[in-house]
Amino acid sequence: MSAWIMAAFMLVAAVGAVMVILHRNPVYSALSLVLTMFALSAIYIMLSAYFIAVVQTLVYAGAIVVLFLFVIMLLNLRNQEALKESLGLRAAVGALLGALFIGAAGGTMWAVLSPEQFSQSAEVFKDEGHTESLARLLFQNHLIPFEAVSLILLAALIGVVVLIRFRRPPSDNSEESNDA
Amino acid sequence: MTPELTYRLCLTLSAFLFAVGVAGVLIRRNAIVIFMCIELMLNAANLAFVTFSRYLGVLNGQAVVFFVMAVAAAEVAVGLAIIVTVFRTRSSVNVDELKLLRR
Repeated sequence: MSAWIMAAFMLVAAVGAVMVILHRNPVYSALSLVLTMFALSAIYIMLSAYFIAVVQTLVYAGAIVVLFLFVIMLLNLRNQEALKESLGLRAAVGALLGALFIGAAGGTMWAVLSPEQFSQSAEVFKDEGHTESLARLLFQNHLIPFEAVSLILLAALIGVVVLIRFRRPPSDNSEESNDA
Repeated sequence: MTPELTYRLCLTLSAFLFAVGVAGVLIRRNAIVIFMCIELMLNAANLAFVTFSRYLGVLNGQAVVFFVMAVAAAEVAVGLAIIVTVFRTRSSVNVDELKLLRR
């Protein structure tokens, strides 16, 4: 039963991903992205990665896509901007290359699991909450990458403020804006 | 479905999502949509990590997914800021029109 639910979520994720690249209006693309993120979150739950599922919903659906929508509405792209993008020959070639790539990568991924290796879905996942062991792993084995991530986030924060804050007029030379 | 088939399907879905992301980057010209496709590719990698973590019974894959999500959040913030800055000077987000560096 749950396998069929999982298959349904996989289908939703795949369809949402295709809709992301086929919609001309970026708002619809962002909403399709939300659909894909939620479906992936459900798949994570069924793979018993509960913490990752929650973080997926919070960070991707809650923060990143909202950021996308925010920027889309901030830029106030007119309709002609969206319609200017014609998906003619380029889309055909892209679909062909994409189909080839899907075949190659999908076949590889399908074949990469060897049946004799599939034996132990270990005891880590047997107990209900393995979030504690994940936290133990994060804060003991991966402590330095964890701190590095905090530095990355700080750098992104400062970088965004610097990028947005100093506005340069369109006809300005680069001389003047460098001293900002 | 046996668990093994489930894992195979998850990995195939991961490959599919990655391929769709690559195709989107190649055929779309809206910088915002290109960023969304990059997110799709990152999510495909995340799905593969989680699947292998479940398959092999170790949690290291989920730790990596956590880092990937943090880096993706930072990347999107900076990237969208760059797009906004470009839009201010060029009033367009079409990447075909951004050829300042081309001779």
